[in-house]
Amino acid sequence: MRVLGIETSCDETGVAVYDSQAGLLAHTLYSQVAVHADYGGVVPELASRDHVRKLLPLIRQTLADANCTGEQIDGIAYTAGPGLVGALMVGGAVGRSLAYAWNIPAIGVHHMEGHLLAPMLETEPPDFPFVALLVSGGHTQLVAVAGIGRYEILGESLDDAAGEAFDKAAKMLDLDYPGGPEIARLAERGDPDRFRFPRPMTDRPGLDFSFSGLKTFTLNTVAEHRGDAVLPDEQTVADIACAFQEAVVDTLVIKCRRALDQTGMKTLVIAGGVSANRRLRNKLEAALARQGARVYYARNEFCTDNGAMIAYAGCQRLLAGQHDDLAIRAIPRWPMDTLPPLGNPDAPKQ
Amino acid sequence: MVALGEALGTALESGVVFLQGTLGAGKTTLCRGILRAKGHTGAVKSPTFTLVEPYQLAAGTVYHFDLYRLGSADELEYMGIRDYLDGRSLCLVEWPERGRGFLPEPDLHVTIDIHRQGRILQLAALTAAGEHILNRLDVKE
Repeated sequence: MRVLGIETSCDETGVAVYDSQAGLLAHTLYSQVAVHADYGGVVPELASRDHVRKLLPLIRQTLADANCTGEQIDGIAYTAGPGLVGALMVGGAVGRSLAYAWNIPAIGVHHMEGHLLAPMLETEPPDFPFVALLVSGGHTQLVAVAGIGRYEILGESLDDAAGEAFDKAAKMLDLDYPGGPEIARLAERGDPDRFRFPRPMTDRPGLDFSFSGLKTFTLNTVAEHRGDAVLPDEQTVADIACAFQEAVVDTLVIKCRRALDQTGMKTLVIAGGVSANRRLRNKLEAALARQGARVYYARNEFCTDNGAMIAYAGCQRLLAGQHDDLAIRAIPRWPMDTLPPLGNPDAPKQ
Repeated sequence: MVALGEALGTALESGVVFLQGTLGAGKTTLCRGILRAKGHTGAVKSPTFTLVEPYQLAAGTVYHFDLYRLGSADELEYMGIRDYLDGRSLCLVEWPERGRGFLPEPDLHVTIDIHRQGRILQLAALTAAGEHILNRLDVKE
């Protein structure tokens, strides 16, 4: 089965063609980062308009790259949620309509399921069951994954997402958007021993996160060291970036280990934009090796939003006989544990 | 900050409240207190990503806005801001300065200033309803 995947939930327009036999045939991405950089974050209305402009040309290009025509596509998968409703509507309207015109099934895919399954596109994919850490600008969640569609939320952020905390801390340090890569770059020159930021919610049991306090801690540290200037000196800014990143990474590592202990699983998948953070990957690899577990992640370009993960996730569900009716689906808030399991729908949820 | 929010939440019924203050000042924390007083027991997530989080509570509907990501104020028109400002619900608006011109005058304007490790809050009533809220406000140490 050959599936066209469309991703427009936030600020990236992603299109891909995935073939269940031949694998990923082509994928293209248009990033709107430049459009939003001036604002320090995604501007919803600008995002929708940009998706409208870019989506059709990207679909044409991706089909050409995959060396196939519309007639050779067997199904369409588009991101139905969660995300910005205007942005979701663009991919949904185009995806659902194309499927109608081509007389093939369409399916609305859960964006985070796409992320969670992105490591399946690698040559050495993880086996089920596993614990997944989903970390991006909009989400921070730990999920027990028994199989596709069999998800149990173990914990999540009670306030800011980890990626959002990176973006906002970067803004306080007058760094560019997106903040994650900027902080990571600066942190390399920072002294990890100069500041000690708290590891929120690690001193009590449970798998929930809270990153809002780190933001305030950053603000206070900046205020203490800037004197009469707008910002502290360059080295201090690097030291703060380093301390901030260490705090976020340590917190994520502690909770991942706890989730593996709690579930008795030996496989961790990290997905979403923050999973591209090298410090997080290295620290997780070291920490998990000590407890005989292994961490999997997607290649960098598939950590952030992309069409390939949507094409892959949609393909698995279409292959299992699932598909939507003629309605265009756009679901801004969509709990992942309400998704139907793959295969026997009567099978008990584990 | 949560305790003050709870006191404020007890005094508030419906209307529009602006919350102004820099990143990390404690706007969302204050909202958490207000929502808790209104009977919300779950998490209060930052609405930065989604712009607005709705809460259907026994005490009425509360909309928690965060306009941080707004590029220009006229985007409020596209997101259907008027549907939210129905007079019956309570609208908490963070970063209201980004929606200037497309937001109504608030009943209450809360400004949070950072003073070393602490915070200084100013509450200004801009309507009769706002004055009524401040009169009802019962803050204990």
